Amino acid sequence: MPARPELAQFVETSTLIKPRPEEGAKDRTMVLNMGPQHPSTHGVLRLVIEIDGETVLKVVPDIGYLHTGIEKTCEAKFYQQVVPMTDRIDYLCPMTNNLAYCLAIETLLQLEIPDRAQWLRVLLNELTRLNSHLVWLGTHAMDIGALTVFLYCFREREDILRIFEHVSGQRMMTSYFRVGGLALEPPLDFFDRVKAFIKRMPEKIDEYENLLTGNPIFVNRLKGVGHLSAEDAIALGVTGPPLRASGVDWDLRRDMPYSSYEKFQFNVPVSNDCDVWARYVVRIQEMRESVKIVEQALAGMPEGAITANAPHVVLPDREKMKTQMESLIYHFKIVTEGFTVPAGQVYQAVESPRGEMGYFAVSDGTAKPYRVHMRNPSFATLQALQTMCEGRLIADVVAVIGSIDIVLGEIDR
Amino acid sequence: MDSAVLGKDAVRAALPENRALSSLLAWNTTAVLDAKYHLKELTVTIARDEIRGACQAVKNAGYNFLEDVTCVDWYPSEPRFQVTYHILSHGLKDRVRLISPVESIDPSIDSITSIWPSANYYEREVWDLFGVRFHGHPELRRIMMPEEWDGHPLRKDYPVEGYR
Repeated sequence: MPARPELAQFVETSTLIKPRPEEGAKDRTMVLNMGPQHPSTHGVLRLVIEIDGETVLKVVPDIGYLHTGIEKTCEAKFYQQVVPMTDRIDYLCPMTNNLAYCLAIETLLQLEIPDRAQWLRVLLNELTRLNSHLVWLGTHAMDIGALTVFLYCFREREDILRIFEHVSGQRMMTSYFRVGGLALEPPLDFFDRVKAFIKRMPEKIDEYENLLTGNPIFVNRLKGVGHLSAEDAIALGVTGPPLRASGVDWDLRRDMPYSSYEKFQFNVPVSNDCDVWARYVVRIQEMRESVKIVEQALAGMPEGAITANAPHVVLPDREKMKTQMESLIYHFKIVTEGFTVPAGQVYQAVESPRGEMGYFAVSDGTAKPYRVHMRNPSFATLQALQTMCEGRLIADVVAVIGSIDIVLGEIDR
Repeated sequence: MDSAVLGKDAVRAALPENRALSSLLAWNTTAVLDAKYHLKELTVTIARDEIRGACQAVKNAGYNFLEDVTCVDWYPSEPRFQVTYHILSHGLKDRVRLISPVESIDPSIDSITSIWPSANYYEREVWDLFGVRFHGHPELRRIMMPEEWDGHPLRKDYPVEGYR
């Protein structure tokens, strides 16, 4: 009999649960509560796990501890005021969220975004991907027991955050993208700093690989753990690196390009091993591809404007606002009453570091969104946890959680 | 400007190659209430009672991946809820949006968890935040809000700052 009857009932009434391997097994199983305050759950994820000895029979995630009602709040804000909310959904890839939201609203407004803004968005998105993957690698390795890698990863992440601070004024909650383009022209030495950083990044990735890829403890903890077949991955809504590690060759950047990703050459790493190790390999290779994309963006960065030619949507230049009456009027109108967006519904999906991040925006023709819904990769991927952990040891649950790279802010919103 | 194409027949004429629309029309013409092609996105309106069959028809046409299930509350007009499905095809590199109108007198619709198990969490979220029930869902519990919460926060008649 478990010590806490309500936990037992929680497991009993849940669905992710498959029939028990044998009758009578219940007498010897135990219900273990993991989280919401647990260092390896990457936030406030609570897992109720039924174990037989050390073997996991069921895993039931319990989420919602970080629910802040962002979707509801969006409905009470002007369109431009929603951008800072999108940062807070996934605090490891704010730029990706900014981009998805801005693209959705720009589609509704049918705005033409200048090339320079599109390329800068790509550049910053790939830096964001590096940033997110570095946090993933550090924490994942730390969960497995390799503490050193964490400090190495955060050293490079610090460089990326400094670049973000330089360009947007904020380290994490950047809010740098605007509907219609970017907030500001990047500072003068921005490209030099990115260039210097991206030049030393490949050897840093080699350094992480030296610490982990040949490390027998790390390899043994990861290989063959958390098996997820391609069919299960698609049925359970898994996207991003876990999907590609299950052998499905799908990347929105290549297959449904947005923000001029079609102009960049990069490979989409795929693995057929379907385990935690495959997810590690795919993400490490993705970091190398991101470096390539940033290099291409730096080499071919077009000149020109960074905002669309839409004075009723984009705030005017500060200098013009002070000297020209028309700009002043537009500025006043956008700030006080927002801008209206034609009625319609649009779904914009982008490839976030964790998978498909989709924004579903509904406009009723006013200055506030009628509905903004976010389709979050971690939220869907969490459903595959039971499939990946069933029949494995309890220590493997930690490895599996690390391998799907969850961010609770995005799951709970 | 990209203007919308409205109506089943007009969209069919505009998109003769579209597998989702042709398979839906071949499956059950009367269940397809309306279609719209706007901003390069296809939206097909399906009668509420036929949503499970429609999803199966779209899946058979090669749309293999359920991206999202969500809802829009059009309070105070009727039908109040618009349950929305985004379905992607990895092979065709195409996406279709199915929407289904649900009246507020009986806010419920068939669950599609038997077709895509990933609908489990999405439908729980819609139930939690909009109060739309899903028939045949294996575990329709709240997912974001606490179990004992009153009301469904994303409904339009629920105040943004909550009840105080």
